[in-house]
Amino acid sequence: MSAAQNPRQYVISFIFIGIASIILLRLFFLQNFESKYKILANDIAIYKKVVYPPRGAILDRKGKVMLSNTTIYDLMVTPHNVPKTFDTAQFCAVLDIDRATYIKILDRVLTRNIDVRQSSFMEQLSPEQTARFQENIYMFPGFELVERNIRSYENASAGIVLGYIGEVSPEMLKRPRYASYRQGDYTGFSGLELQYEEVLRGQRGVHYLERDKFNRPRDPYRGGTLDSQEVSGRQLDLYLDADLQSYAEKLMQNKIGSVVAIDPQTGGILTMVSSPTYDPNLLRGRDRAKNYAMLYRKATRPLFNRATQATYQPGSTIKPMTGLVALATGAISPNFGLACYGSYNYCGRPIKCEHKDAGHAGNFRLALAHSCNSYFCHVFRLSVDYSKFKSVRAGLQVWHDYLYAIGFGRQTGVDIPFEGTGRVPDSAYYNDRYRFSWNSCTILFVGMGQGELSCTPLQMANGMCMIANKGYYYTPHFVKAIGKNPDDSLLKKYKEKHTVLNIPDTTFSVVQQAMQDVVESGTAIGAKLDGVTICAKTGTAENKAIVNGVVIKMENHSMFVAFAPRNNPQIAIAVAIENAGFGATWAAPIASLLIEKYLKDSVSVKRRVMEDKMINAHLINKYVYTIDSVLRLRDAEVYRARMERKRIADSTRNANSADMLERWLNQKLKKKK
Amino acid sequence: MSSLRKSLFYRIDGIVLMLYVSLVIVGILAVFSVEHRTTDLSLFMMNKSYMKQLIWFGYSLVIGMMIMLTDSKFFSSFAFLAYTIGVAILIITIFAGVDVKGSRSWLGVGSFRFQPGEVAKIFTAMALAKFLSLPETNFKTLKHRLVGVALAMTPAVFILLQKETGLALVYFCFFLVMYREGLPNTVLVVGFSGVALVLTTLLVDRKVLFVVLTLLAALVAWLMRTALKRRWEPRLLLVGIWLFCILFSQVAVPFVFKHVLQAHQIDRIYSTIGKEVPDEYNKRIVAGEEKKGNASEYNVLQSKIAIGSGGFWGKGFLNGTSTKNQFVPEQNTDFIFCAIGEQFGFVGSAILIILYLSLMLRIIFIGERQRSAFTRVYSYCVASILFFHFAVNISMTVGLAPVIGITLPFLSYGGSSLLSFSILIFILVRLDADRQVLIR
Repeated sequence: MSAAQNPRQYVISFIFIGIASIILLRLFFLQNFESKYKILANDIAIYKKVVYPPRGAILDRKGKVMLSNTTIYDLMVTPHNVPKTFDTAQFCAVLDIDRATYIKILDRVLTRNIDVRQSSFMEQLSPEQTARFQENIYMFPGFELVERNIRSYENASAGIVLGYIGEVSPEMLKRPRYASYRQGDYTGFSGLELQYEEVLRGQRGVHYLERDKFNRPRDPYRGGTLDSQEVSGRQLDLYLDADLQSYAEKLMQNKIGSVVAIDPQTGGILTMVSSPTYDPNLLRGRDRAKNYAMLYRKATRPLFNRATQATYQPGSTIKPMTGLVALATGAISPNFGLACYGSYNYCGRPIKCEHKDAGHAGNFRLALAHSCNSYFCHVFRLSVDYSKFKSVRAGLQVWHDYLYAIGFGRQTGVDIPFEGTGRVPDSAYYNDRYRFSWNSCTILFVGMGQGELSCTPLQMANGMCMIANKGYYYTPHFVKAIGKNPDDSLLKKYKEKHTVLNIPDTTFSVVQQAMQDVVESGTAIGAKLDGVTICAKTGTAENKAIVNGVVIKMENHSMFVAFAPRNNPQIAIAVAIENAGFGATWAAPIASLLIEKYLKDSVSVKRRVMEDKMINAHLINKYVYTIDSVLRLRDAEVYRARMERKRIADSTRNANSADMLERWLNQKLKKKK
Repeated sequence: MSSLRKSLFYRIDGIVLMLYVSLVIVGILAVFSVEHRTTDLSLFMMNKSYMKQLIWFGYSLVIGMMIMLTDSKFFSSFAFLAYTIGVAILIITIFAGVDVKGSRSWLGVGSFRFQPGEVAKIFTAMALAKFLSLPETNFKTLKHRLVGVALAMTPAVFILLQKETGLALVYFCFFLVMYREGLPNTVLVVGFSGVALVLTTLLVDRKVLFVVLTLLAALVAWLMRTALKRRWEPRLLLVGIWLFCILFSQVAVPFVFKHVLQAHQIDRIYSTIGKEVPDEYNKRIVAGEEKKGNASEYNVLQSKIAIGSGGFWGKGFLNGTSTKNQFVPEQNTDFIFCAIGEQFGFVGSAILIILYLSLMLRIIFIGERQRSAFTRVYSYCVASILFFHFAVNISMTVGLAPVIGITLPFLSYGGSSLLSFSILIFILVRLDADRQVLIR
């Protein structure tokens, strides 16, 4: 040692240790307490790729594709990741848009969502746009193409049944059903697409990829252990017959109305038409909103599902039910007859009947075959006034219960959403309406399907199923199998047999025989089909409309219900054509043609004339347009008035709470919300 | 003289060599983790930096072996000559240097390139050691002190002329050596305080700094209360220092930033410490223009993200997302510490820092056990150079110090850097092996 221990070595050592400690302290805080760096690291380095699985296809009963997918690309943007030096001109050139549009879209994206979230910038790029963008994608950080499947309706039919999909709206995202959705996801908006959304949608897959500083995705993050695999949407097999559906739509063109055909043995819906129809391919893709508005504005309301939502007075088509209930309760026997000479006069005001010849209502069979109004009004009165029930109120309640059990006056439970209920009046209804002063004479129109009774075409077809099956029916439904599994738990409720209040088979035989007579010798002789026993009932429902405060009597609704063949029912059908005239003239031939098409797969040559007549008939009443504009005006007025009332109420409330403290508190509470 | 009888192999310091080798291996693994891709077909790809670094390590070991076989007196005898040649090369480099990223600090001979500034540290260390160990040197005189400073600073001036500021700043570490050899305490205190004042003025909020400085002054006044009561000089000194600090941080710096410096100069100053320009100095905001992101703070932000996301245990080897995908610029060289921080977390970083600290303290220990002043001064030079590189490099990756491009010893990728640090260490080990001999 050249010198004694120099104290400065300790100073220098101390400096070394001191600085190292400062660095360690800094590292300790940086690495353990500043979590923002972890988030940032993940943000910059991990790329979350959302993979949308193909949506489930929808097939008809023969395996024919009705709804499937084709691939398109959506352009998504994460505004936060768009650099300040972004080449807008180049970007606009690639997408073939102008700068103003670019700014407008970006503004819209920013107001709808926060800037670190990915939102859709442009949906469904054209193939040229896609190709150009893919080539230049490295120049546009923050933007990316997301492959997506778009729906494709193969035969452009059954739009009202299949429904359509669209992007979920911010309002929908707040609802619990859409908890698993994100902005930009698609969801069913109506029809089967909405009803079976969870089945068709499949499960979105998320793949985590590492990306480099040029924003290019590279290896899977952590070897893909965090990834979730996408699951394809399941396929739906329907009972629907695509050919029959197209044929029915063709027959119903230029008419307002609906057709519902059900297989009585399963409850499977074979055809559901709501005319006028629309091309479902309009309601997809970039122009969906535009086309929707166009369809929505149409006076004939093609978006309104008349088969399940429109309620009509069923007219004479309810007579088999009236008869059935009367026979079942024992109010009449099949041999009961009524001497009708053209009108029903027991209740003061005479009710007109189409037939004058004596004996046309000699017994139940004859009365139904000739659709005698007097007979069925009387039978209805007899059944509600039946001494067994002690009072007309109890009697009407029994009658109501029967119809309710058959499926009238409530939703049948069909598997497309927004079903209407119709109305079967009960005692409470009349008590309310007539303040307890009513009797069977007051309500006798109900027996012939007018008055307060109303039902949907679907309910009418379902009623036919019940008669065809002699006492039971299955809830009408479209879906035969989900993902090729006919026993899916979602379909369990459609396998349940609904039996109607223990009506004996013999009663049904009487009614069926009478309905057979309707076709063979009664009002619907034009619907007769060689080699097939059709049981049917025509209906001609009176209806009125109120235009500008004036009640106008409109052309009758043409109604027809039927099932065939009688002994082994394959098809039950209800046809309703608005303001067309007699049921036998329009609805009956159409139903008959459809039955023939379904049972024999083609229409015989000798019926071609009838077919042409039906296809070419133009039966849209001119009042439809007037009524529509009046209704729309009224709706607009009602809406305006409601808004005005709301505004007045709000300002009144504000004015009342003039107290400073209260106003201040209100403001605070509002902010908290 | 008993240990002289042992062969050279038994006299070399194993601890220093072990620490050296482990740091180099950590460095190669760190570079590997930056460059390796899962898609690589082979681990040994010659075009990858980690293989080149491995080869440089091989060269270092060969040169180390040669140094071991050299007589220890050789280094002291040729110290001044080597220094002269080194300075000459530095001057040549200013004119003949290859332009790399705006600085002319690289000398190219064919495909071979090296940075004389890195190597010049060795010669400077040796020359300083030689000068301070000369029997005629009396480091208590001002003249000899100035000669010492001149020896240390001359290369720095030429390196500064090569526009390689970071490397030039390294030469300030020789003040630490000269302090050990007798420079007055005030030099160290004033130096450190000055650096601390500048850094805190830039990093800490002005009002907070005012409070802290005042509290500090009050604390000192309380500790020195007896001295302050007795005499007036300390009182004046204390008030003077306090006033100077306050004036510097509260008045001078804001004035200069607001009225003297241009916007781009302010940007540059703040970007070197990896901080956003405060609004009051941001001329663009004052002028009502849109605030522009500071592009140069990107490095430090990315580095902080990488290190900060490592957490306590780290993400695991080859699992660092920032490291693997090159989010941190200069990841292989100046920011290699991010690779450690991200993949091995706080634990790994702490172990690495302890390795460095052990090496530096061991070198001080070695220096103090020498018989000859030459080896002692040389040891301190090595320790100081290592310390400066280590402290500044890691500090800049975590945003504690300005980003001046200096490497992390043994870890950073780069032949010149690894080779010069290896030579520094091997010469030290060679000299230490002859610690009982008086080297002049």
